[in-house]
Amino acid sequence: MSEVIRVQDLHKTYRMGDVEVPALRGINLSIDHGEFVAVMGSSGSGKSTFMNILGCLDRPTSGKYYLEGEEVGSLSRDEWAHIRNKRIGFVFQGFNLLSRTTALENVELPMMYNGFAGKQRHDRAAEVLSLVGLEQRFDHKPNQLSGGQQQRVAIARALVNQPSLLLADEPTGNLDSATSAEIMTLFQRLNAEQNITIVLVTHEPDIATFARRRIVFRDGVIVSDDKKV
Amino acid sequence: MWLMTFRIALRALARNKLRAFLTMLGIIIGVGAVIAMVAIGEGAKATIRAQIASLGTNVLIVLPGTASQGGVRTGSGGVNTLVDGDAKAITQEISAVAFASPALRRPEQVVAGNLNWSTLTQGVAPEFQQIREWQVAEGRFLHEGDMESAAKVAVVGQTVVDRLFGNDDPIDAVIRIRNIPFRIVGVLAPKGQTSQGTDQDDTILIPYTTMQKRLMRITWLQSILVSAVSAERVQEAQEQITALLRQRHRIGPDREDDFMIRNLSDIAEAASTSAGVMAVLLGSVASISLLVGGIGIMNIMLVSVTERTREIGIRMAVGARSRDIMLQFLVEAVVMAATGGGIGIMLGIGSSELLKFWAHWPTLVNPTIVAVAFLFSGAVGVFFGFYPAKKAAGLDPIEALRYE
Repeated sequence: MSEVIRVQDLHKTYRMGDVEVPALRGINLSIDHGEFVAVMGSSGSGKSTFMNILGCLDRPTSGKYYLEGEEVGSLSRDEWAHIRNKRIGFVFQGFNLLSRTTALENVELPMMYNGFAGKQRHDRAAEVLSLVGLEQRFDHKPNQLSGGQQQRVAIARALVNQPSLLLADEPTGNLDSATSAEIMTLFQRLNAEQNITIVLVTHEPDIATFARRRIVFRDGVIVSDDKKV
Repeated sequence: MWLMTFRIALRALARNKLRAFLTMLGIIIGVGAVIAMVAIGEGAKATIRAQIASLGTNVLIVLPGTASQGGVRTGSGGVNTLVDGDAKAITQEISAVAFASPALRRPEQVVAGNLNWSTLTQGVAPEFQQIREWQVAEGRFLHEGDMESAAKVAVVGQTVVDRLFGNDDPIDAVIRIRNIPFRIVGVLAPKGQTSQGTDQDDTILIPYTTMQKRLMRITWLQSILVSAVSAERVQEAQEQITALLRQRHRIGPDREDDFMIRNLSDIAEAASTSAGVMAVLLGSVASISLLVGGIGIMNIMLVSVTERTREIGIRMAVGARSRDIMLQFLVEAVVMAATGGGIGIMLGIGSSELLKFWAHWPTLVNPTIVAVAFLFSGAVGVFFGFYPAKKAAGLDPIEALRYE
């Protein structure tokens, strides 16, 4: 299977005044197309920093990051914006939807930045919203939707440009356990049916069991990496 | 892309209508004030100019020149070089001239019934009325037909009416000048005295042809009254008349003019300069309020960028480039400024019309200023929107997404 992510000796050091704080200390990892990976670790383990680098939101201090074979860690801000738009979908803990904007328009948002025509945008957004089970809720605004529904909208938004990678940062952190299970089942379904590569950050072991591979971070290094057979 | 950015901006503004309106208010008042103030200034300028014009400062008087024979020079008017054709040529051929009228004048004893009165009799053309801006109170002024037929008709001043007719209606009454009967066809509106104390209403106007043929028995003209199209073009008119008359009178390049031109344009210039200074002053005070309005926009845009940090983060995360974010906020600022500018224009024109209507101030809306004020308000939007937009575009998406 083809490789979606490969990182080599990735380091990230934050500077706080005169003190240098290492967040990542040499990560080597490869994730193939169609994998469903859970990244675990306590807070301060470096998993969020790692996700930011994978998401082309942050720059590694040293090391290489290849996305589908292309080195992207050192690209410009605008090139990153393009990659985030076309090739990476984000799902956040706090949903991060635009308030006072309908579900459909929220899903259309990524397409606004790559020149789709209005009709195309609308059709594609409707299609993806149906895929996540929200065909009845197009015109609802975030405050009219439950947490689980809001997260579905966010997932639809992440998928709308058919990215090669879906990054989810604690996607169930704000949800009750029943809804969390629904969302995780949705991720599983998308992974199985659409063959979407998913990397998910969580600190809850229950949530991690939905994934097929589990990577554990501690103090900026990977301490375990096991695949379900 | 542009259309969408525009829609995003409109929606963002619509979300907080009161705030958008209050922000715009600065620009509205600024633009409105500029337009209204300049309108007041321009109106004052036009009024002053009109008053000056009625004094006759855009009026030129062409007089025959002096003759010199063996070193002895006559006074002005010593030669009989001006003719009717000169007056007609001045009207027709010179663009800076609005009207020209021959003018002959002589004091005459006027008799009506058993009363008589000595007054200044002037032979003029119909254009005299426009040149002196003299209204007719009753009846009519002299017309072209009177000129052609050298009609024995007269238009009389108010003082003459008082002296010869008292309270009787003078229209169609007959007066005699040198025993020639003239029918009165009109009465001039009173003009009062000149600054030298001469009673301008103590006069009788008759066709200049009648004056030439029946009263004075001459073929030349004593003078030609000319009004320039504006006070600014008096100088130009004077130069053109000089050139025209030199040519018509076949005066060689090294010989003196056989005519003289007099004008009062210096007074006009001084007065219109001071009115101009006032317009600039009013305009610049108003421009300051436009500037303050711009600062208001900048202030609100900065607040808006801070408030919407999370939105900016979301947009960046899904692929907005810095310039997309920049454009969004810039368009928002420009839309606010330009909308404010548009409303300000209506306010400015409206208030200057109201001033004209209620306070009878002679306001004059200048279309150029309207256009400039609108463009300037747009420029204010770009200028004061730039820094907040730049700030928004420079946000770090990670920080922005974490912003609460």
